[in-house]
Amino acid sequence: MSARTIPTSEAAPGPVIPTENIGSGQEGGVRDQVRAWLQRVRGGEMGALPAIGGFIVLSILFSILSPVFLTERNFANLMTQAATLVMLGMALVFVILLGEIDLSAGVTAGVSMCIFIVLVNVQGLNWILALAIAFGAGVLIGTFIGFFVARVGIPSFVVTLGLFLGLQGVELMIIGAGGLYRVQIPEILAIQNRNMPPWAGWTMLVVILAVSAATSFWDRARRSRAGVMNRTIALVWIKLGFIAVLGGAVVYILNQDRGQSIRAVQGVPIVVPIVLAILWAGTFVLDRTKYGRNIYAIGGNAEAARRAGIKVVMVRWTAFIVCSTLSVVAGLFSISKVGSVDAAAGRDLVLSGVAAAVVGGVSLFGGRGRLLHAAVGALVIAVITNGLGLLNLPAGVNFAVTGGVLILAATVDAVSRKRGGAVVRT
Amino acid sequence: MDVPLIELSGVVKSFGPVSVLKGVGMKAYAGQVTALVGDNGAGKSTLIKGLAGVQPYDEGTVRFDGDDVTLHAPRDAARLGIEVVYQDLALCDNLDIVQNMFLGREETRFGTFDEGRMERDASDTLRSLSVRTVKSVRQKVSSLSGGQRQTVAIARAVLKKARVVILDEPTAALGVAQTEQVLNLVTRLAEQGVAVIIISHNLVDLFAVADHINVLYLGQMVASLDTRETTSDDVVGYITGTKTPAGVTP
Ligand SMILES: Nc1ncnc2c1ncn2[C@@H]1O[C@H](COP(=O)(O)OP(=O)(O)OP(=O)(O)O)[C@@H](O)[C@H]1O
Ligand SMILES: [Mg+2]
Repeated sequence: MSARTIPTSEAAPGPVIPTENIGSGQEGGVRDQVRAWLQRVRGGEMGALPAIGGFIVLSILFSILSPVFLTERNFANLMTQAATLVMLGMALVFVILLGEIDLSAGVTAGVSMCIFIVLVNVQGLNWILALAIAFGAGVLIGTFIGFFVARVGIPSFVVTLGLFLGLQGVELMIIGAGGLYRVQIPEILAIQNRNMPPWAGWTMLVVILAVSAATSFWDRARRSRAGVMNRTIALVWIKLGFIAVLGGAVVYILNQDRGQSIRAVQGVPIVVPIVLAILWAGTFVLDRTKYGRNIYAIGGNAEAARRAGIKVVMVRWTAFIVCSTLSVVAGLFSISKVGSVDAAAGRDLVLSGVAAAVVGGVSLFGGRGRLLHAAVGALVIAVITNGLGLLNLPAGVNFAVTGGVLILAATVDAVSRKRGGAVVRT
Repeated sequence: MDVPLIELSGVVKSFGPVSVLKGVGMKAYAGQVTALVGDNGAGKSTLIKGLAGVQPYDEGTVRFDGDDVTLHAPRDAARLGIEVVYQDLALCDNLDIVQNMFLGREETRFGTFDEGRMERDASDTLRSLSVRTVKSVRQKVSSLSGGQRQTVAIARAVLKKARVVILDEPTAALGVAQTEQVLNLVTRLAEQGVAVIIISHNLVDLFAVADHINVLYLGQMVASLDTRETTSDDVVGYITGTKTPAGVTP
């Protein structure tokens, strides 16, 4: 080997002695962490903050304008109205994170429910089997979209817009123009119309707290074992306290009797724990597994992801399958609430679903956003629908306001993106 | 001399009608620093993207440790222990430093991320590069300066024990002290037995660290020189074409 000299200094080659510690964003007490968080927010990483603000403002506004808004009955109603949208918004997050869109998610939900109801009501098939076939249809549609987007390379906007029209045609063929089928399966109707007994609501809250605490402490133990710093433990207590107070209030309100006759109607609607379970599982995948990380990476820089050895085509493809499959769940919530299926099922859903995700802070440019954001965004959209409905305003106003909110949210997204990423993560 | 760790021969690459590499050959040895120079657009990045499996060659053979290998996908290169710092860095802005460094090869336990271990290893690697200005390894890459990004890309390449490290203009955005660190690192990697291929326009730096200098001129390898037996003027002559041997078609 040739003799080497390093220019401009006499620094000897060889292992460099660690000079300074690089931080990890875990340092300091609660005050420092809050300050770092505020800095991130100012840097444009607002997450669901605007949506939470919007939710609070709208709630105050509607409770002033309508005496019914703040009743337990309406609160429970809001939950079940929002459930479909929360589900659809979460489904869409998987493709929006990739910088893609699925405009057919709503009619995917519709078509799968058309298949489901015809199989049950007309063919007399066992409903569980019919449901499995409906999910199969969702998987198939997702596979179809994924093929054309990820493999052939057609923009998802075009493929899914085509499907948006095409699947409406399929719905018409299955149901027939003007056709309408009632949902008579008690188990399906129960999702949105029955409630858990009050004790089960409290149990649910305890389980949520236990799972949250367990993951927090598990993570901390794992970090300690690796010899890296943990955030101050106070933050864990604050988080758990927050869940306890907020969740406690929700369960308490829903456990009040909201019936209008002698028979008591009380408890958390059954749909709530289902949504929470899917939210938890999806968040787990996105935050803690390679598949989830790959989705974020592709959304951030697809070429960098490819060079890192990620199978970009497969991830894109499967994300569309996940989206379509979760859309079927949204469809199920929808027919449980409405109680019937017609040939236009799911047609008006999708833009609200996209709005839910975007309003919640999921970036349409890809790479930024969480399932929880879409859920919060869906609550905002649901509050608008619910509140305007209580005020007896024409349906047109609802569409106009929702559309306006979507554009506003997309503007916030674009502006915060321009401001660039902020300083420290999570 | 012993068997080269990497031996390219007859490499051809075209983009449509534009022929970028016209039958290129190159060797890189374990424990040595091989420099690749040439004017803008000579085809240097294209040559190394083929080695990385990012843009496979149209024709030509690649021998790795004496065996013919195919490099059709980034995974093929990764499997052989070839790590690349790309000229355009190829980082995900929306992910933090640790996530970028471990992208595509995250440490997992029970199928879920071992964030602590990744954070520790990333910090250690960055510290060994004497990174001073990065506040936190959990900073998003979008918030880093150009030089800091370059350092992250380099740290990513040396995070796992590699057999070949390819650096495409790794010091272009770096300040004096950081450039020196990278050159130090290049020397250290070679001493550890890694085959280092470095692309740079800074001949002073290259003469300080390289054992061999290869010159690409309009898609052809016009010179393979031993650093000890050549001069800066010679290399400049090859780069600009004034010393171009007969037979090279511009
Ligand atoms: N994807 C591509 N499509 C078409 N042409 C390309 C592509 N990539 C590179 N080229 C062309 O190939 C030639 C060589 O490019 P390359 O990036 O390899 O040059 P380079 O030697 O790395 O230059 P520099 O010093 O500027 O980095 C250029 O003329 C460029 O325009
Ligand atoms: Mg180049």
